[in-house]
Amino acid sequence: MPTHFIVHDKADTVGVVVTEDVQPGKDLTGWIMETDETIALKSLDAVPLGHKIALRDIKSGDTVLKYGHDIGRAVANVGKGRHVHVHNLKTKRWS
Amino acid sequence: MMGRYQFYGYRRENGRVGIRNHVVILPLDDLSNAASEAVAHNIKGTLALPHAYGRLQFGEDLELFFRTLIGIGSNPNVAACVVIGIEPGWTGRIVDGIAKTGKPVAGFSIETNGDISTIASASRKAQEFIQRASEKQREICSIEDLFVSVKCGESDTTSGLGSCPTVGNLIDKLDPLGATTCFGETSELTGAELVCASRAATKEVGEKFMQAFRAYQEVIDRHKTSDLFESQPTKGNIEGGLTTIEEKAFGNLEQLGAKTKFIEVLKPAAAPDTGTGLYYMDTSSAAAECITLQAAAGFVVHLFPTGQGNVIGNPIEPVIKLTANPRTARTMAEHVDLDVSGILRREMTLDEAGDRLIDIMIRTCNGRLTCAEALGHREFVLTKLYQSA
Repeated sequence: MPTHFIVHDKADTVGVVVTEDVQPGKDLTGWIMETDETIALKSLDAVPLGHKIALRDIKSGDTVLKYGHDIGRAVANVGKGRHVHVHNLKTKRWS
Repeated sequence: MMGRYQFYGYRRENGRVGIRNHVVILPLDDLSNAASEAVAHNIKGTLALPHAYGRLQFGEDLELFFRTLIGIGSNPNVAACVVIGIEPGWTGRIVDGIAKTGKPVAGFSIETNGDISTIASASRKAQEFIQRASEKQREICSIEDLFVSVKCGESDTTSGLGSCPTVGNLIDKLDPLGATTCFGETSELTGAELVCASRAATKEVGEKFMQAFRAYQEVIDRHKTSDLFESQPTKGNIEGGLTTIEEKAFGNLEQLGAKTKFIEVLKPAAAPDTGTGLYYMDTSSAAAECITLQAAAGFVVHLFPTGQGNVIGNPIEPVIKLTANPRTARTMAEHVDLDVSGILRREMTLDEAGDRLIDIMIRTCNGRLTCAEALGHREFVLTKLYQSA
């Protein structure tokens, strides 16, 4: 079975899509590298290769975690399975 | 019989080991580019390194300029060097700096001679140097002789998942064997700076790193007109799925490996001076600037993880490119020395990827041309700290 997305750390709130076929409504298989676990997730958006997908509901203002670390702040509510990128996530630096 | 971690290199007069045998025609300044290129055209196999600077620089910026040019000429990948400058004073300063390595070096200046006479004299010397260099033989060298620099570019999220940790795996394997290695990119550690500082071998080195980091932040704060969106991260990074500098920084940091500590902080273009191990150098994150500084510090082979497909090369330090992005590996194959996209398909472990990178690096040290060398990528870009006088 193909791995559609990869998660660095168990604590992360986003994963990275690693295939070129993620469309809305697709059932995805993910791999958590840290714990070597396999997880399932339904995509709600088309998410391009290399782009992030929300692993849980994220509220506007929440810190987004990747590599187990703070990679910025959500600036909109993001539902589980949604595309996470510049439209809903911003840096906390240099602002 | 060669061992796994041995290679055939060129041992220089000062004991340092190169993996290429260039005879460089080095202009002191922008005015001397034309004569330098003419010499390189006359004498086959020599390499001119035209650049934009060398006039009316002052202070720390001038010091960095001299350190960079002297360092490039001194790099063990350079067998011999002809320096051409507009006037004899600063030309001589570069020549004297390179001469400390014991390698053949000669300077020529244009004022009172003109381009044509200068080109003639410099060409005669360049011919002597290239014929001498062409007889230099490779000999068996070991990892303790090898200086390896790392820096990623046009990163995307696959860089943090695959290509950067592959470099980190190599660092973890070669560090105990006595390799000398170097990472840089100060602005690109923003958001991960405290984790980076925790990877210093001592508290003092960690604090030196934080001082360099804060100084760079002050430069950004002084000049920024936005949150640097589309500059850092770049437009290409964003296209590839990276959203914030913090996210990019944690991917970058994967290049340090899982356990290797850095032992010292280097000023830009400064040569390592405290023995073998991993060094941090205070550099820009722009690929050509960073690699030029690392080459000037004496690093002889570069590992370059890319996501979206940066095509960078360097004239004297071979740049090995690896990518974990399957689309980049497919659409830009002529730029990719090592495809580690199998990590993303779970067909290749990080350990296997690291071993493959060691193999391609050793082959490159033995003489295999990198993709960037075959394609003629010779980006030579000096770092300028502020305006000239």
